[in-house]
Amino acid sequence: MRIARLLWRNAFRHRLRTFLTVLGITIAILAFGMLRTVIGAWYAGVDASSASRLVTRNAISLIFPLPISYKDRIRQIEGVKTVSYGNWFGGIYIDEKNFFANFAVDISSYLRLYPEFILSPDQLDAVERDRKGCVAGRKLAERFGWKIGDSIVLKGTIYPGEWEFVLRGIYHGRDKTVDESQMFFHWDYLNETVKKLVPRRADQAGFYMIGVRNPAQAAEIAATIDASFRNSLAETMTETEKAFALGFISMTEAIVIAIRLVSYVVIIIIMAVVANTMAMTARERIGEYAVFKTLGFGGFHIAGLIFGESLLISMTGCVLGAALTYPAAAVFADALSQYFPIFNVEPRTILLDIGAALLVGVVAAVFPAWRAVRIRIAEGLRHLG
Amino acid sequence: MADAREPIVSIRNLFKSYRRGSQIIPVLEDITFDIAEGDFLALMGPSGSGKSTLLNLLAGIDKADSGSIRVGGVEITTLDETELARWRAINVGFIFQFYNLIPVLTAFENVELPLLLTRLSKKERRTHAETALRVVGLADRMDHYPAQLSGGQQQRVAIARAVVTDPAILVADEPTGDLDRQSAAEILNLMERLNRESGKTIIMVTHDPRAAEKAHSIRHLDKGVLTDADR
Repeated sequence: MRIARLLWRNAFRHRLRTFLTVLGITIAILAFGMLRTVIGAWYAGVDASSASRLVTRNAISLIFPLPISYKDRIRQIEGVKTVSYGNWFGGIYIDEKNFFANFAVDISSYLRLYPEFILSPDQLDAVERDRKGCVAGRKLAERFGWKIGDSIVLKGTIYPGEWEFVLRGIYHGRDKTVDESQMFFHWDYLNETVKKLVPRRADQAGFYMIGVRNPAQAAEIAATIDASFRNSLAETMTETEKAFALGFISMTEAIVIAIRLVSYVVIIIIMAVVANTMAMTARERIGEYAVFKTLGFGGFHIAGLIFGESLLISMTGCVLGAALTYPAAAVFADALSQYFPIFNVEPRTILLDIGAALLVGVVAAVFPAWRAVRIRIAEGLRHLG
Repeated sequence: MADAREPIVSIRNLFKSYRRGSQIIPVLEDITFDIAEGDFLALMGPSGSGKSTLLNLLAGIDKADSGSIRVGGVEITTLDETELARWRAINVGFIFQFYNLIPVLTAFENVELPLLLTRLSKKERRTHAETALRVVGLADRMDHYPAQLSGGQQQRVAIARAVVTDPAILVADEPTGDLDRQSAAEILNLMERLNRESGKTIIMVTHDPRAAEKAHSIRHLDKGVLTDADR
């Protein structure tokens, strides 16, 4: 207990120096936590994916559609439980900066595949009965102040024209990993309109979402689906939802790697700062450590004092930095919700914060402790007076 | 005349040198002498004569090149660092010229510090530390930090810290060197009392003839060589 008190008093002996060091660690841990949260947000779609869902798309590229007739053939494949389908609509609400994901889907089957999207039965009934009905996520509705019954007009980019919808349902996520910033409307509404305007683009789906009975058979079912359409005009590529999401991320992998590297660099920089502080501290106290040794304290005790002080400083910064990560992430998520619909500080990020702070505390103390333990008492005592 | 008492410190053919670059500088040469149990010895000599080095060697905080140092029957030159640290904690109390108190600890906490290495309970540590501070007349200053105490008071706290584990030997390196005349006299009286009443063997390095007057015996060192005892 006395040693703990000594550690505490030693750590705050030079208050300004300690304050600035703790501030540096706090900012570094905050930056590290935010960068890790950004990486986590990048992978949010992967984390939210289900092992029981497959995605089938055109084997050439996602931008090429598949005939809607594939739906019935896929449904007949052994192990397939549910088949839904849809198209990326890419509509703009008022202005391009109001970006959000919007899809034309077969709403009933789609929501059966996504039980994590919670929609009340009466709202589901209302949207199913209204051809122009749409469903929006809670965050999206809050962002634009939409209420049930509101009319929403999107400007088509892939499908030109003004598209009018009526908000019939607002879903919320089963947990905080669910994206609540998407909008879904009836694929039939899109298809019927396209059929009138551009008949050659009608009766085509951008992707199929497939629910399987047994996730363990997912790979086998995917292979069977693709085999069914081999040598056809539109060959398919079927993969798990997770692989599909990872495929998207791989396109931006360089950015993720860069962010990850920057997060490590932040930790290395603060490690150098804390090591400098501890080196100064230990150098100033060489005489005191010699006194401790004179009194019978061993190298283990001296090293313990230095490591303890370093860890106390780094962990104080870690606690403050980790605590600040939550409000900072909330502000960040609010400001950039269109880019990062899921921006949650994960427990893993806090564990990484703690791990980084422990690493900083230990590494920063290694050299000063080594020096203090090795110094001869008589030489150390000459530093006093 | 030879001292009839048993020697507590027995030094034989002690050599010590320092290396400065490629040059080897002899500091102590063939030192042989005994210190009787309960003695109050003053080591005197000009600066650089090796008296502080000799004090460090017999207190186990420095290593000799060759020779023997037996303290209380233990040959301390054969002990490794860990054993020496343990030995010092039990057998030797240190009093330094500049007190060397830990500035972030109160007088009580400074005195209690050596007791943290013992198996004493918190209550026992408190009793011992309070007793030691009472012996040096600072029972009413135990919650003061070193910076809140005068030089003389700080040195008394240092003496309390030196005696709190009840070691057989006290080593003092210029204990009055940083004090005014009155404080120095108080410290010397306190050391004399510890020697007389508690039977502590005191080995003191000093330049000050007034300090040396308090000692029972004086040994002079000159250029690393021990000269005859004055008394």
